[in-house]
Amino acid sequence: MFYREAGQFKTTYADDQALLPIAQDRVGLIIVLAIAFLVLPIVASDFFLSSIMIPFLVFALAAIGLNILMGYAGQLSLGTGAFMGVGAYSCYKLTTIFPDLNILIVLLLSGFFSAGVGVVFGLPSLRIKGLYLAITTLAAQFFLEWCFIRVGWLYNYNDSGAIEVPQRELFGLAVTGPHATPETRYLIILTIVAVMTLVAANVLRGRIGRSWMMIRDMDIAAELMGVRPLYAKLSAFAFSSYYCGVAGALMVFMWLGSAEVEAFDINHSFLVLFMVIIGGMGSLTGCFMGAAFIWVLPVILRAIPPAFELDILAATMEHISSIIIGALIIFFLIVEPHGLARLWRVGKEKLRTWPFPYAT
Amino acid sequence: MNLKKLSCTAIAAAAMVVGLPIAQAEDSLFMPSLTYRTGPFAGGGTPFADGYADYFNMLNERDGGIGGAKIVVEECETAYNTQKGVECYEATKDKGALAYSPLSTGITLALIPKASVDEIPVFSMGYGLSAAAIGEKFPWTFVYPTTYWNQLSSILKYIDANGGLDGKKVGFIYLDVGYGKEPLPLLEKLSASLGFEVAKYPVGVKEMQNQSAQWLNVRKERPDWMIMWGWGAMNPTAVKEAAKIRYPLDRFIGNWWAGSHNDLNAVGKSGKGYLAANFSGIGQDFPAVQDILTHVVDKGNSKVASRDDVGNVLYNRGMFNAVVLAEAIHVAQQKTGKTVITGADMRDGLENINIDEARLKELGLEGFSAPVKGTCSDHEGAGAVFLQQWNGEDWEKITDLIEPDNDTVRPLLEEAAEKYVSDKPDWQGQTCS
Repeated sequence: MFYREAGQFKTTYADDQALLPIAQDRVGLIIVLAIAFLVLPIVASDFFLSSIMIPFLVFALAAIGLNILMGYAGQLSLGTGAFMGVGAYSCYKLTTIFPDLNILIVLLLSGFFSAGVGVVFGLPSLRIKGLYLAITTLAAQFFLEWCFIRVGWLYNYNDSGAIEVPQRELFGLAVTGPHATPETRYLIILTIVAVMTLVAANVLRGRIGRSWMMIRDMDIAAELMGVRPLYAKLSAFAFSSYYCGVAGALMVFMWLGSAEVEAFDINHSFLVLFMVIIGGMGSLTGCFMGAAFIWVLPVILRAIPPAFELDILAATMEHISSIIIGALIIFFLIVEPHGLARLWRVGKEKLRTWPFPYAT
Repeated sequence: MNLKKLSCTAIAAAAMVVGLPIAQAEDSLFMPSLTYRTGPFAGGGTPFADGYADYFNMLNERDGGIGGAKIVVEECETAYNTQKGVECYEATKDKGALAYSPLSTGITLALIPKASVDEIPVFSMGYGLSAAAIGEKFPWTFVYPTTYWNQLSSILKYIDANGGLDGKKVGFIYLDVGYGKEPLPLLEKLSASLGFEVAKYPVGVKEMQNQSAQWLNVRKERPDWMIMWGWGAMNPTAVKEAAKIRYPLDRFIGNWWAGSHNDLNAVGKSGKGYLAANFSGIGQDFPAVQDILTHVVDKGNSKVASRDDVGNVLYNRGMFNAVVLAEAIHVAQQKTGKTVITGADMRDGLENINIDEARLKELGLEGFSAPVKGTCSDHEGAGAVFLQQWNGEDWEKITDLIEPDNDTVRPLLEEAAEKYVSDKPDWQGQTCS
């Protein structure tokens, strides 16, 4: 009824090629962004911002990173956690070596180290594919974890073996460390994630993104048509690792405040992988949906018993929420194997033809 | 989902977004309990959480709380995971939390910087950052009754008293994470001054249950003594491997996370002779533990699986954690004259704590632990540990309290604290006069 493009005529090529060609989509996105930027920081509680929204955005960014590699370029990776770690550790090293450097620049620079590491571990992708490639990225995961434990230089030889976030300021306002308010941290993360998502959306529909998708769909055909696998695959690894690296740096600097190597273990690689699969491979909206499903839903489930003063043991609730999430994952994958983003797309298609659907 | 359920959920979600204050009873003291009853270390986390909750519940039942105010214990499950731990902290701190006992090193490190900002003390009982013992640098963090470093010096003292250290070789087997590596600087320093040799055997988290390589090296190098900084599944595996290569178990000493009933029940008879450090009493033969049995366990208000679990090593340690916090509340109440105290009052209470022999007896815990006395500069209490031995079925206390080597350790702790603070210009310390 409301979601219909009837009457929206496009008179220029620019209109036709817009990121969101349908007016309702544009309005919807503006409303979502307005709520996220203007309403939430004012009305939401500290807990909601710091324990739900910030982790959600961090994981959404990591999921975008992995989705670029898996969903768009078709290269399976199990090293996301470690690539996030590279970002976090390089951010820590950069900001301790250059304490006066603007923290935003440090955060964005740290992604480049991660990208470099990603390219090195992406080299085998030129020879091997699929599960075999997954094994080499698994090697990256273990090797990098080993480095984070053994190479004392990476954590400045702290006795605790952990990286501890120092306070950094932006325009006189603390943005990292314990004095940073959740609102500040949230707005910074939100800005970074919004801008990086926009960049990803545009890269993905441009020449580079198309060459990744050609490689994904059929690498021999892509090669015959002039796509160079070396550049395409390695650029996908670099791009994806950059996103993961920035997500890892944000995770430690804006959310946890300190991190040991466990924060980047294989479980986190799997967590992000599940977000991509549940959300939908090859969809940016799906990354946000997947992150919300895997990270936010359990938090909300856990918060239900105390809100109603039900006398359920916290540990029991933990088990119950695992059961519910597990069941929902199975349910959604049976209903729509292509993830939540596909469900969303199908829903929109139905709305466009409602109430007179034609046979599909 | 019907409409009613939907609206309930919506209200809950809305309440959470806006953060409506959740009604708390008047005159209550809110104690969050970060538990890990699930996850890879649940075996150790469950008895600890039980002991912690049962002691506070016992105080509520027996004395009507502390100073007339009931204690509200709210558990939040972390599964030993730092991210969930931080989430639990954020979820409970605004309810008037008086102190946090984070339990995992990762969560402790994440909470230490927040403590001074949110004005809620962190009480990491004998774990976490050893440097936090220095009160001038860490006003909001407490590590009573002792630190990993002091504990190691006590263990070395025991070895020195039983055949000497000079010219001996000491093997150190440890979990290869921050926790296990923490005593290494001290060990190296002491090995130079006391004249013994150190052999290190790191065990990766993923190899916890497969230590044959490490023990093959032990067999080759034959250290005179073995010290273990282990945790979880690593402990029984190590004791089993030691028994397998016929290493004399009475020369194998674990730290206080490597000597619980959970660890050695799995080993049983073959672990006979194994030693471990401990700072909290074993068994049910303390009046306070008996009170827990009558007022809480027998009334069915405890979560322990069976009555016999009360009094085991980790249960009593969780209880001791609660004892120190309860005592701090008591001190804070006396100092301020208020019944309901704040996090800042709690900090003063913890700093001025003085559980001496007489007070321990009053609490029904005579001989349970070393006296704990805090000062502005000493947040460790320089407590002593004792050694316990596994007799094949149960733990037995075999030594008196062994005082730590404070003269050596304290300067190192000060150095470490200085280092921690050095790159944090905004760090808030305190001055002690």
